[in-house]
Amino acid sequence: MKRNTGKDATIKAFVKTDPRQLKTVLVTDCGSTTTKALLFERKEDRWHQTFRGEAPTTVEEPVADVTVGARNAFVEVQELSGRQILNAGGDKPFEITAASASTGIDLYLSTSSAGGGLQMLVAGVVSSITTESAERAALGAGAIVMESISADDGRQDFERIERIRHVKPDIVLMTGGVDGGSTSHVVEMAETLVAASPRPRFGDTLKLPVIYAGNSEASAEVQEILSKMAQVVVVENVRPELERENLGPAREAIHDFFLSHVMSHSPGYGKLMSWSPVRIMPTPAAVGDIVQAYAQKTKQSVLCVDIGGATTDVFSVFPDREGEPVFNRTVSANLGMSYSIANVLVEAGAANIKRWLPFEVSDAELSDRLRNKMIRPTSIPQALDDLWLEQAVCREALRLSLAHHCSLAVGIAKKQERGIADVFRQSSSRYELVDLMKLDMVIGSGGVLSHAPSRMQAALMMVEGFGLQGVTQLSVDSVFMMPHLGVFASVSPEAAYEVFEHDCLVHVGCAVVPVFPAKISKAESLAEVHLDGKLLGRISQGQVSTLSTAHSGQGLLRVVPLHGSVDVGAGPGQVTERTVRLGECGILCDGRNRPVAPALLSPAQQLAVFEALGLTGGAA
Amino acid sequence: MGSLFSPGLAVSSRHTVQKRRELPIKGEILVRQGERVTGDTVVARAELEGELRIVRVAESLGVSPEEVHKALRVSIGQQVEAGQTLAEIQGLWGLFRSSVSAPTAGTVEFVSASTGHLGLRAAPKLLTLSAYISGTVFAVEDQRAVVIESEATFVQGIFGVGGEKTGRLKLLDVSPDAAVTEADLPREAQGLVLVGGRSPTPQALAEASKRGAVGFVTGSISGETLRQYLGYDIGIALTGDEAVPMTVIVTEGFGDIAMGERVLATLRAVDGEPASINGATQVRAGAQRPEVIAPASNARAGAEARTREDGAGLRVGARVRIIRVPHFGSAGTVSGMPHNLVKIGTGAWARVLEVTLVNGAVITVPRANVELVE
Repeated sequence: MKRNTGKDATIKAFVKTDPRQLKTVLVTDCGSTTTKALLFERKEDRWHQTFRGEAPTTVEEPVADVTVGARNAFVEVQELSGRQILNAGGDKPFEITAASASTGIDLYLSTSSAGGGLQMLVAGVVSSITTESAERAALGAGAIVMESISADDGRQDFERIERIRHVKPDIVLMTGGVDGGSTSHVVEMAETLVAASPRPRFGDTLKLPVIYAGNSEASAEVQEILSKMAQVVVVENVRPELERENLGPAREAIHDFFLSHVMSHSPGYGKLMSWSPVRIMPTPAAVGDIVQAYAQKTKQSVLCVDIGGATTDVFSVFPDREGEPVFNRTVSANLGMSYSIANVLVEAGAANIKRWLPFEVSDAELSDRLRNKMIRPTSIPQALDDLWLEQAVCREALRLSLAHHCSLAVGIAKKQERGIADVFRQSSSRYELVDLMKLDMVIGSGGVLSHAPSRMQAALMMVEGFGLQGVTQLSVDSVFMMPHLGVFASVSPEAAYEVFEHDCLVHVGCAVVPVFPAKISKAESLAEVHLDGKLLGRISQGQVSTLSTAHSGQGLLRVVPLHGSVDVGAGPGQVTERTVRLGECGILCDGRNRPVAPALLSPAQQLAVFEALGLTGGAA
Repeated sequence: MGSLFSPGLAVSSRHTVQKRRELPIKGEILVRQGERVTGDTVVARAELEGELRIVRVAESLGVSPEEVHKALRVSIGQQVEAGQTLAEIQGLWGLFRSSVSAPTAGTVEFVSASTGHLGLRAAPKLLTLSAYISGTVFAVEDQRAVVIESEATFVQGIFGVGGEKTGRLKLLDVSPDAAVTEADLPREAQGLVLVGGRSPTPQALAEASKRGAVGFVTGSISGETLRQYLGYDIGIALTGDEAVPMTVIVTEGFGDIAMGERVLATLRAVDGEPASINGATQVRAGAQRPEVIAPASNARAGAEARTREDGAGLRVGARVRIIRVPHFGSAGTVSGMPHNLVKIGTGAWARVLEVTLVNGAVITVPRANVELVE
């Protein structure tokens, strides 16, 4: 598989435990607010995720030591499991050798996004070429890109300098130019960086970590210029040629700096790192790894979203034009369900949120309700209409974050595919990798999806928010264990995959969404749906319904278009067949076409959809 | 579980407030431990490195970067005045001379043969740091920070915009549940921190600012009024840097919610006294809420000394306020704490509380949806 992020090849050097000997593994994810500890145990049949403990993360004052929260989470796991995990003395907090079946653990691992995660600034020469490659390298390494600066971004020097000063990055990734190309622009960018002299977020006595991954012929001069204000590491160019990306070395350097400059200066992380022979991974990087592993193993195209309180991460694996799967990750830093919920309103607009609601609400009330959630982020919806409002916001956050993802998840055309016009434009031919019609599986993660009161609500949020098309398997992460499994996979990919497949993924159903020309008249049937050779029903134009909700296992789905122009994934008029897993939601059929026409999105229409799917009952 | 933590905001008429005042870089501390200071006292200063200006010499002269050194009239390390010639070339037979002059005074830091640029470093800037609150210097960290301590009336709001300000508190003559209009404002508001009511109109905020008020503390505000006041929408609760002349603090939330009785009573006790306020709000980890601080020397003797935070344990008998629809803004007393999870109106299972409202009605509310008021 091609990785737009590169493979973490050095990690094995840190593993001192033979994965074949492992029986009990404890993994934490130290998040911004909560530290989640999961226990994984090998039973007779397979690996299982057995116990879970949570405690508030203690990176901030007054505790300012991440290990305190981690120990508290260990205590909860110990109490629930009855396993003696904690060790009263010694450097490590736990019994490391499993002397008896109920004592100790074999290995401790961790991921971290505490303190706002890894925050980076990227700089390049051409925004659609080198800067974009740098963004992909940073995002794939699990970073949040706070700012992108390019020589062609249309800003004046002083504007760039102001923006650079405004952000306090943990690490800067600088690139620019293909190998052997002109050096002047990239040297200019280095001068701009020196003029701005951004200060690192942590450790104000440290020099700012800067990774240079640009034109190799400029590296000596860039290093000389930047060394006045930064600790510079030079790695291979992220874009050695116009038609080729090389993101692995930059990603490696980011992970090294993450440990040496970010983690080691965060309160308590030195101690935490000493507890594990495997290096701590940024949480999104770990999630990305397990998504890639799953896509590779099942040979599927996968779209995974993690919608949090402040940010929304999107991960995807889609084939490029050569048929080789490509992994991408993006993070929409200010689209979330609590801290930044009002920003979804600002970016999407009230009308776009209201179109998903089955009731009328004024713009003023909508605005005030969402801002009250923003300032009291831990509160939860108590009334059904309040829940629907949050779920409407979720649909828009999904829509916006997918649009952002599509803009960055691109393939690069090879030389023979590039036209003469591209050569003169000095830009590479980019093409979008994400094709919803070809998407096999969606994985939803984050409280609003994983803990929705009904799985059907989660399914509908993903179908409507992403605007799914064709046949797509729908699933959610049961208790947000993907980060844990990502870092576990770095030691034992087989064990992590087993747990991911059996304990993490909840297959909630399958969506069937025909796409057709507008001329098909209302109430006409669009397609027939068969399961294991039996006709289940028809999908009607403009209607949403579910079929086969009693079936919870696996079956062969066959969707037969009833018009030559209706496409359900195999092309207009073509039959689509696929083995699917049916969960609580069965087969969710959406006959509203894509994009859904505004006339089909009134409160009355949306209420009819909710009623058809049994979503209006609440606590009744 | 008998009690649990529930978020609350400090409302206290006698609170030991400590404020750390930290320089962004090493500098000079100007006060000693134990020294009395006022909010305006400069307690520390530092020299910030001057800005580096990039002068595009090659482009301006129309020469290649390698030729720039021949045109230079200054050398690296040299101090230059604004307008001084940095480089010049002469055209054919000495005619059509063209030159580049310094855009600002400074020191020549580099000349690049790759780009033909000259880096000019401006003189350092002096940064001063005030005490922000009146009190005593509690601690000094050499070259870095001071901590100011004060016994004070201390009230935290839920959300604010605008940074640190000092002014005299002035209670408005309005009911706590009345929307504040222009007619409710004092004729002279220069240097005042206006307090009271709820949901000020956009005109009231604009007029208060125009009359010179430095702060406006009120029960609630609508999102639309805030947008009109700032000129843009706020989407993230990360504030304090807004370029507004008057800091605005709301104590309860967005919409039409009356200012809480305890908040009003606490601020009424220091009406007319000097205060320090800050609208900065950060809801994420490392949470920061907006604040009103009036030093104790100004507080009335014998005032009650309780805080919302004192009752961090949520228990039967605790007074709470509900922070989510359908009972948003209602106050009551915890009358039951069922141990088991309960299915709530959304269909979700949650830990709940039974709350007896002021009107005697008993309602069930998720524990996540209350905050302590005492």
